[in-house]
Amino acid sequence: MEFNYEVEGGNFAKAGNAASSVKKVLKQLNVDPKVIKRVVVALYEGEVNVVAHAYKGNIMVDIDTERIFIKISDEGPGIPDIDLAMTVGYSTASAMVREMGFGAGMGLPNMKRNADSLNLTSKVGKGTVVELTTNLPK
Amino acid sequence: MEVFKNQNLRKNKWSRMKVKEIAEIIDAKVVCGEEFINREICCGFASDLMSDVLTLDSEQLALITGLANMQVVRTAEMADVNCIVFVRDKSVSPEMMEVAEDNEMVLLECKYSMFNAIGRLFQAGLQPVY
Repeated sequence: MEFNYEVEGGNFAKAGNAASSVKKVLKQLNVDPKVIKRVVVALYEGEVNVVAHAYKGNIMVDIDTERIFIKISDEGPGIPDIDLAMTVGYSTASAMVREMGFGAGMGLPNMKRNADSLNLTSKVGKGTVVELTTNLPK
Repeated sequence: MEVFKNQNLRKNKWSRMKVKEIAEIIDAKVVCGEEFINREICCGFASDLMSDVLTLDSEQLALITGLANMQVVRTAEMADVNCIVFVRDKSVSPEMMEVAEDNEMVLLECKYSMFNAIGRLFQAGLQPVY
């Protein structure tokens, strides 16, 4: 089954709405709470990244019996150096993002830690796509 | 860490605490989730950086923070934290309360500084996460 969510850039009041909805869906599907936590933490960090850095974005969540696949696509400034962006502590976040409790350069590393695979592609001036896959235990 | 094993630093051994005991120790006011004050808390974590909270695996954790915005409650929701203590006399907004209620969280407001509040809780035996 597939779910889609729109994300508004800059709107911190709504950041986390998508991750919250996905958490409710996964609970209803009786997914292991430990797996749910990993998935929603990674998704929430990704959602905050879109709000913090992009103009707008879309989150697509596809769930089947073997895995949970999440694609977070945004229209935004893009990432010039992906390796640098993946480095713990490297951040380009604004003062406002830091006031929200984020922007310490932990988002992407946290997402990687909580997913079985992370694929990141970006075009400077266009936007970024992050794909997260979490395998479900058989 | 070795320092935490030194019992001379504290009056008691590490112990689980109920939310209502935490509230008493730091003179905090329960502003949401009054019905959950008998919930047991195993350990405490103090941070204003939500990404650090999102790295924790602990359960039955009390989050102690001086940051009061919607992202704190959302972070707690994602990290399965169901007790948040807001220190430095910060107030919880109605929007934060609504999300907290939906997720059966207890929210406490405390007038003390972060250092004061966590010092009292540590002294009383609330275990650090690490």
